[in-house]
Formats: sequence, C-alpha cells, structure tokens
Amino acid sequence: MDSKNEPEGLDSPRSGRRVLGIVAVICAVLALADLFYTKHVHYGWERWFNFFGLFGFASCAFLALAVKALRRVAMREEDYYDR
Amino acid sequence: MIDSLSGLPPGSILLLGALLVPLLRGRVRQSYLLALPVVSFLHLLALPHDLTVSLALFDYDLTPVRIDRLSLVWGYIFHIAALLTVIYALHVKDNVQHVSALIYVGSAVAAVFAGDLITLFVFWELTAVSSVFLIWARRTERSYRAGMRYLIIHVGSGVLLLAGTLLYFDATGSIAFGHLGLGTTATNLIFLAFGIKCAFPLLHNWLQDSYPEATVTGAVFLSAFTTKLAVYALARAFAGTEILIWIGAAMTAFPIFYAFIENDLRRVLSYSLNNQLGFMVVGIGVGTELALNGTAAHAFCHILYKALLFMSMGAVLYRTGEIRASELGGLYRSMPWTAGFCIVGAASISAFPLFSGFVSKSMIVSASAHEKLIAVWLILQFASAGVFHHAGIKVPFFTFFGHDSGLRAKEPPWNMLLAMGIAAFFCVFLAVFPGYLYNILPYPVDYAPYTTGHVIGQLQLLMFGALAFCLLILSGFYPPEIRAINLDTDWFYRKGGRAFYWIMDKVLNGLNRGVAWLIMQRIPSRLNRYSQNGMGSLAMLVVEPFWIAAGIDRYRRKEKRTLFYNRLQRGTLPIGLIALSVIVCLCVLVFFTELV
Repeated sequence: MDSKNEPEGLDSPRSGRRVLGIVAVICAVLALADLFYTKHVHYGWERWFNFFGLFGFASCAFLALAVKALRRVAMREEDYYDR
Repeated sequence: MIDSLSGLPPGSILLLGALLVPLLRGRVRQSYLLALPVVSFLHLLALPHDLTVSLALFDYDLTPVRIDRLSLVWGYIFHIAALLTVIYALHVKDNVQHVSALIYVGSAVAAVFAGDLITLFVFWELTAVSSVFLIWARRTERSYRAGMRYLIIHVGSGVLLLAGTLLYFDATGSIAFGHLGLGTTATNLIFLAFGIKCAFPLLHNWLQDSYPEATVTGAVFLSAFTTKLAVYALARAFAGTEILIWIGAAMTAFPIFYAFIENDLRRVLSYSLNNQLGFMVVGIGVGTELALNGTAAHAFCHILYKALLFMSMGAVLYRTGEIRASELGGLYRSMPWTAGFCIVGAASISAFPLFSGFVSKSMIVSASAHEKLIAVWLILQFASAGVFHHAGIKVPFFTFFGHDSGLRAKEPPWNMLLAMGIAAFFCVFLAVFPGYLYNILPYPVDYAPYTTGHVIGQLQLLMFGALAFCLLILSGFYPPEIRAINLDTDWFYRKGGRAFYWIMDKVLNGLNRGVAWLIMQRIPSRLNRYSQNGMGSLAMLVVEPFWIAAGIDRYRRKEKRTLFYNRLQRGTLPIGLIALSVIVCLCVLVFFTELV
C-alpha cells in the first residue's frame, strides 16, 4: 500500500503538536495536584512545589545535552568493527 | 505423574526433556515444547517449599537442591518466562534453538536451586555453553563473532567462580552457597564472577554486544535468565555488601546515555536491561528486608516486561528484517497489537502506576530513602526519568510512530502475539493486584505502593520527562537517530584483541621467520661458501695489501683474484700460498688466545 495515499496519521507534525498540548495539560494538572495533599517525605526538597516534575524535566533535558557530547566521542560508522 | 517425578531436582525435567526434542516433528513437537515448562513448574510446586537435599561426593558435601523462599521467587518466574518464551518461539523449526533454549532454562533453574558452590558452578557454565547457541543460531558472521566473545567472557566468569570456590573450600572446609561477603581472595573472586554475569559497569558490554546479535526468539530467552541468575547469586551471597549500592547506582545511570543514542533498538533494550539490573543491585547492597524484597519483586516484574519488550522488537525484526530506529517508524498502522503490547512493556519498565515496574522498583527506591542514601536516591530518580525516556518513549515512538518509514509489515504469527498478550496481562495484573507478588517474596511485606504522594510524584517525574521529550522533538533539539554505532568498553577487547593479534603476528611470527631464514638458509649457505672459498678468502686478506703496495691496479688485481679462486677450486695452488694461509690462521689463533 502506498503510504502517501493514507489519511494523516499519528506520526504527522500536527499530531505531534496535539500530543504536546495534551501532555502539557496533564503536567499542569499534576503540578497543581501538589497543592491538595499532605506530603510524607524522606527529604525536605520533596516538599518543593512540583519537585518531581522539575527533576524529571531537568533530567531529560540534561540527558539530551549530555548525549550530544557523548556522540562526539563515541559515535563511529556502522561497519567500524567489520573493517 | 507429578508425584512420580518428585525425586527429580528442579530444572531436570527441562534439561532431560530437551534431549528428546530432535526426535519429534510438527504439532507433536509443539505440544511437547509447551508441556515441558508446565510439567516442570507443577513439579516445582509439588516439592516441599523448605527442602534441602544433600549428598557426599569425595571430600565435598554437595547440596544439589535447596528450596527456600528466596530461590522460589526465581524458580517461579523462570518457569513463567520459560513458558512465555516457548510460546513465542513455537513457530521456529530450528531444533538447535529449541534444545539449547530448554537446556539453558533448565540449567538456570537448577543453578537457582543449587545449595553449594560446585553445583552452582556446573549449572553456571551450562547456562553459558547452552545459551551461546541462541546467538550462533542466527548463522551470520557477526553473530558467530559476538557469540564467541560472549562464550569466552561467560566461561571466564565460571572459571573465576571455580577458583574462588576451591580457595573458599581450602580456607573454610565448606562449599555451602550461603552468605559469603567480601574480604578474602576466595569470596572476592566469586563476587567478580557474579559481577561479570550481572554486567557490572565496565564488565557489562558482553550484554549489549551479544543480545542484539541473537535470533529473534533467542534474544527473548537471553533477556530473562542469565543476568537474573547473577542477581539471585548476589542476593544469596552478598546481601548488604555496601559497595553494591554504588555499583548498582552507577549501573542505573550510565547505560541511559548509551541507550539514548543507540540506533539498534534491541541494543537500546539491552542497555535498559543493564539499567534495571542496577536497581536490583542497589537493593542487594542496601540489604534490608524491604530492599531484598524489592530486588526479588523487581527481578520478577522485570523479566516479564523486558521479555515483552524484546518480544515486540523481535516481532518487528521478524516481519520487517529491520531493527534500526533510523529505518523504522509508523508501524502502528499495520502492527497495532504489537504496538499496544510494546507500549504496555514500555509503561511497565517506566514504572507508571498500574504497570508492574511501579510496585517493585518503588520498594528499592524507598529502601534507599529509608537508609538516608541521598546521592543514591537522586541517582535512582534520575535513572527512573532516563529509562522512561529511552525505553518508555524512544522504543515505541521510533518504531511505531515517529516519521512514517513506509513499511507496512503485518502482525507476527499468532503464537508471538499470544506470548506478548500473556506477558502484557501479567504486567498489568501484578500492578493492580500486587498482593499476589508480595506474598511470594522472601520476607513478610509491609509496603503500600499506591500512596497519594508516591503516585503523584511518580506521574510528575514521568509526565514532565515526556513534556521534555515532546519539546525536544518538536524544536529539533532531540539528538536524531543516526545510522551509526557507539564505542563502549567492548572496544578494548575487540580492537585491542585485533591489535594484540597483529603484534603477536608481527613479533612472534616475524621472529619465527627470521630464525628460520637464519638457520635454514643463511648459515648453511655461508658454511657452504666457506667450505669452498674460506681458505682462499682468508689468504686474500693477507695478499691483497701486498698487491696494492706493489702498485698493481684494480683490473689486474681482479684478474689475479679470479685466477686464484679458479686454482683453489681445482686444487692447483702453490704450496707457499697454502703455507702462508696456515701461518696467518695460526697467528690469528695465537693473538686471540693471548687476548683471553
């Protein structure tokens, strides 16, 4: 089947923006949820507003930057070991 | 029937049953393959749950069977995984794969129930030797080489285990496989043997090197047993060993970076497998009842969701012949069931609430928090976000969504879908009803995973990670999937091995060639020449200066020299000249004698 004749799928750019919108709304709800329950924590910083959300976001952003540096050092051609 | 089998040790039904597989064909073989793990599991359930079988062999008190709550967790999950993987591989016609897989599973089960180090060693090695055929069965040059590296490393691990066992016996007179702890050469060697099989940092790369080169079904078998056997061995012998906390923390973190940039999706899963092992190793290092329960529970859940992920990627490879993220995308259209099962596995490994990883991993993270291990706790949270990024999002996204690759592969055979369906069911069931899992753990469980703070905190961590992913992708900052490989520690032995071979080739073979040339060619030819012209040359040394002093030009000297050699060969030299040579030789001899 020719994929070009198919209706727009979940892999289209417009779907991507729609998914971003949904994820952003869920994140906002989850962050606000912090205001509505008492936290029982092991460490003080867990009491910060949306601590885990910020930590998760920062971790993924850091990963994306760090792996660019790793690629510069470690990346080789696919047949590197076959040569 | 089960009663009549009660004299057999766990695993033996699989081990012995494997030998009959080549005699069977078609549906009979399929039924037999399915029956073996079922009968073996029923046999295990029928055995007493607190059993030790001992026997004396030479000077050793062997304990071939030791059943207790710790070994039973692994016994149960190994059998469930065996049944799932057998279903998944039911369409395979290659007997080599079926036989080796069953021997591999049987030896892993037998190793788990081994009560002494010698029995453990035997089955430890048997898992290595049998499982390598699941890599070689792909029958490519790459898989042959990867399998050979895998075999060397795992047999090496077994040799270390044996050396440690013998030293331990020498020092203590015991070969009991109980708590060992670090501190002596013997136990350090055993620790290293376990560490290799558990893919400790820097000893890890055999895993990512070999699993992606295995067959479609072989990789699923491999993902379940080898490393989890090592986790069991560590939990048995080194629980509470503090260094394991740091080794485990490093294991959770560093594979994430590689998984992020890896293009081969089965290799991505291998890195994330390594990362999940890290959580279990941290639990063993913490060593409290909660932590060890967490390790056992996580091993149980992990085997299921990791097998599910390997199954879904195997289905993609089976249907498309492709497993590189850069070449895949958009497959959800034609493989919706596989995509759905993959997403369940991805949600489970990411520890989403209501998916299995949530109820097991959180026990380990909580145990580290109880012990106030701040840095470890932070690393584990970072690793949780990271694993969601690469195994939770990247694997399903680049395979089934992402950009449309144009591939329109159909769903895999029914048996593959069924195996994935059962694994996905367990991933959700264990999370919704964690009591069933907690009831079989080694220690009594007093832990509630679904607290408000824990659920919301975990969802925040994951969803904000997803938000970062969406922003990175849409803004173009996300590192693209590139047709490339990444250097890891295997570089040292893959390139280092070649360099060693080259050096040995040039140095030793060069030396060999040089000596052969000297002894076989140079010296005989020189001796031959000396026997013909030696005396003449010596005489020439004396006579030439006189000719030069007499003013004879070099053309004339050449003529005289030629004449001299001709006479020498014909034996018609003047006696005076021979006498002169003899005198010269004697003078030289006397000179050197005086010198000494």
